[in-house]
Amino acid sequence: MRKYILKRILLSIVILFFVTLIIYTLMRCLPTSYIEGIARQKSMQPGSKSYEEWMAQLTAMYNMDKGIIPGFISWWGSIFRGDFGDSWFYTVPVIEKFNEVIWLSFIMGAISLVLELIIAIPLGILAATKQYSKTDYAITVIALAGISLPTFFFASLMKLVFSVRLGWFDLFGLVGRNHEQLTEWGKFLDKANHLVLPIVVLVVISIGGLMRYTRTNMLEVLNSDYIRTARAKGLSERKVIYHHAFRNTLIPLVTIVGGSLPGLFSGALITETLFSIPGIGYTSFHAMVGGDIPFSMFYLTFLAVLTLAGNLIADILYAVVDPRVRIA
Amino acid sequence: MAKNDGYLSARESRRISRENRRVTKVFEKQHKRKNVPEKEYLTQMKDPNNSVEFENLHTYFFTDVGTSKAVDGVSFDVPIGKTVGVVGESGCGKSVTSLSLMQLLQRPQGQIVEGSIRLNMGDGKAYEITKAPNEVMQKLRGNYISMIFQEPMTALNPVFRIGEQVNEVLQLHNEDMSEESVRERTIELLEMVGIANSEGVYKMFPHELSGGMRQRVVIAMALACNPKIIIADEPTTALDVTIQAQILDLLRQLKDKINSSIMFITHDLGVIAEMADIVVVMYAGRIVEKGTAEEIFKHPAHPYTIGLMNSKPIVGKKVDKLYSIPGKVPNPINMPDYCYFKDRCELCVDKCSGEYPGVVKLSDTHEVSCYRYYDRKEGE
Repeated sequence: MRKYILKRILLSIVILFFVTLIIYTLMRCLPTSYIEGIARQKSMQPGSKSYEEWMAQLTAMYNMDKGIIPGFISWWGSIFRGDFGDSWFYTVPVIEKFNEVIWLSFIMGAISLVLELIIAIPLGILAATKQYSKTDYAITVIALAGISLPTFFFASLMKLVFSVRLGWFDLFGLVGRNHEQLTEWGKFLDKANHLVLPIVVLVVISIGGLMRYTRTNMLEVLNSDYIRTARAKGLSERKVIYHHAFRNTLIPLVTIVGGSLPGLFSGALITETLFSIPGIGYTSFHAMVGGDIPFSMFYLTFLAVLTLAGNLIADILYAVVDPRVRIA
Repeated sequence: MAKNDGYLSARESRRISRENRRVTKVFEKQHKRKNVPEKEYLTQMKDPNNSVEFENLHTYFFTDVGTSKAVDGVSFDVPIGKTVGVVGESGCGKSVTSLSLMQLLQRPQGQIVEGSIRLNMGDGKAYEITKAPNEVMQKLRGNYISMIFQEPMTALNPVFRIGEQVNEVLQLHNEDMSEESVRERTIELLEMVGIANSEGVYKMFPHELSGGMRQRVVIAMALACNPKIIIADEPTTALDVTIQAQILDLLRQLKDKINSSIMFITHDLGVIAEMADIVVVMYAGRIVEKGTAEEIFKHPAHPYTIGLMNSKPIVGKKVDKLYSIPGKVPNPINMPDYCYFKDRCELCVDKCSGEYPGVVKLSDTHEVSCYRYYDRKEGE
C-alpha cells in the first residue's frame, strides 16, 4: 500500500511537470499582455519615453526577456526555492493573495458539498426504490434540469427573481453598503446573507449529476442476487435497502465524492465572478484577464495538483470501502 | 394484440403499460397492508400430512410487451419429510413457482393472480400465502421457509463478512439469542455444511471463497433456523460434479436430521433420480406429468418426459449424437389454446389440435396431461 502510494506520487510529479509546461507555454502565448498594457499607459504620459523604450525596460524588469523554455526553467527554479513570485496585477506576493482569498472559496465549497450530499444521495435512493413511480419521474426531471442549466443562466435567473423582483438579497458582492457600521455578529450575518445565492446556485447545478449517479448505482445493486438473498432471509424492506443495498451503493459514491474533496479548494470561477465574491475563482479570473502570469501560473498549477490528489484519493478509497479491491 | 413480427406500435405499448400499472397497483396495495387480522389468511390444509399445497397457481408477469403467463395453473403437494423434484427446461416456470411460495417475485411486474398456496404451520393451522401481507411473509422467510439460490457466486453480499451474513438470519428470527450463542451456532452451521476451517471462514469475505464454499455458506444460511421447507433452486448447477455429489449428500443428511421437506428444482435428471421421492415435470408454466420418482423414471408417460429421459446420456451406451427435443419452449406471451408441447411432439395424435388436454390419472400418484392416455381413462 505504501509502495503503491509512493509510486503514484512520483508519477504525479512527472505529470505535473508536463502540465506546467503546457500551462506556461499557453500563458506566454496569451493575446493579453500585462506588460504591453503598462508600457502603453506609461508612454501616453506627457514627456515620457516612447512605447518601444518602455517595453524594453519593462520586459527586462519583469524577467520576460527570455524565451519560453528558459523562462519555464527559471520558473521551476524559483518554485524549488519556494518562491512563487509577486502578482503583477495585485502587486503583492502570490502566496499572500492566495491565502487571503482561498478560505472564502473553501467555505463556500464545503457548505455546498455538504448540502449536495444531503440532498442528492437520499433523493437518488428514493428514486431508485420507487422506480418508474411519479416520485421517480419528478426527481429525474429536477435532476435533469439541474444538469442542463448553464451556471450563468441559472445565476442570472436567481438574481432576477430574488434580488431584482423580491429584493431579498444584494445583486453582488460579499458585503453590504453599511458593512462597516455593523457589529461583529452583524458583519457575519451580512456576509452569510450575501453567500446564500451563490451557494444555492452551486448546489442546484451539482446535485443533478450525483443524484443520477446514486440512482443508477442503487438500481443496479437492488437488482442483484444478494438483495434477493437478503429478502429471502426475512429482513424488512428498510433493512434490505439501507443496510445491504446502501452499503454497496456507497462504494462508487465514496470514491467520486472522495475524489472531489480537493476540488473544495479550487473555487467556483463562474459563480464567484457572476456574484463578485472575492474567492480564489474570482481573483484568478481577473488575474488571467489582466495577463498576470505569476498568479495564473500559480492557480493553474494548484488546480493540477488538486486534480492529481483527487485521483489518488479516489483510488485509495476504493480499496478502503470495497473489500474485494486490494492495491499493491 | 401484439403483431406476429414481435414489434409493438407506440400506442399499443402505451396501452399495455397503462393496463399493467392499473392491474399491479391493486395487487401491490394488498401486499402493503398493515395489521391484517390473522383470520384473513388462515386456511385449512387439504391433507395435514402435506407441508405445502399448491393449487391452481397462476403467476403472471405484466411486462411491457404483454402479460407473460409464467406459471399457469400449477397444482401439486409437498408432503412433510419428502423431497419433491421439479424438472423442466429453462423458462418452464420452475423458479417462479418457488418464488411465488416465498413471495419474492420481481414486483410489481410479477404477481400471483389466481390460485392458492397453503403452508402447513403445524397444530392444524395453515397460512394462505397468496393472501398473507408482507409483514407476515417476513416472519416466515428464512425461518419457516428458506431458499437456496442457484448462483453461489452472486448470492452473497460482497461487502459483509460470512459470519455477519449468517448471524443476521439467526438474530432476526431468534431475538432472545445472545451474541455469543449466535456466533457459536453460526460456526456450528458452517461445520455442518462441511467447511473445515469454520473459524477462519467466519471472518472471510465472500470473494475469498470458491464457488463450492460459497454454495455451502448459502446452504448454511438457509438451514440456520431449521426451516420446515427448504427450496433448493438448482443448488448444484453452478458446481462441478464432485462438489455436486457432496452438496447432495449434505442436503439429504440435513433433511433427515431436521425432518423438513425439500422442493428441489433442477433440470438435471440424474440429480432428481438420486434425490426426489416425488417428481413434477413442468412445461411452459404447466405441469405435464407428476408421479413418484419410480413411476416417472421407469414408466414416463408424457412425450415431453420421454424426450427428457432420452436426452440424458447413459453410461455404457454408445450413440453418435445425443438426443435432443426439437424446437424450444414457446414464448409464454400469447400461448396457443392446444397442448403447448404439440409443435415439438413426435408422438402427436389427431386429437392434439383440440383444447389443452386435461389430467389423466394413470395410478394413485401418477398423473399426466396428454391425449394419448384418454383412451385408458375412458376404458377405466
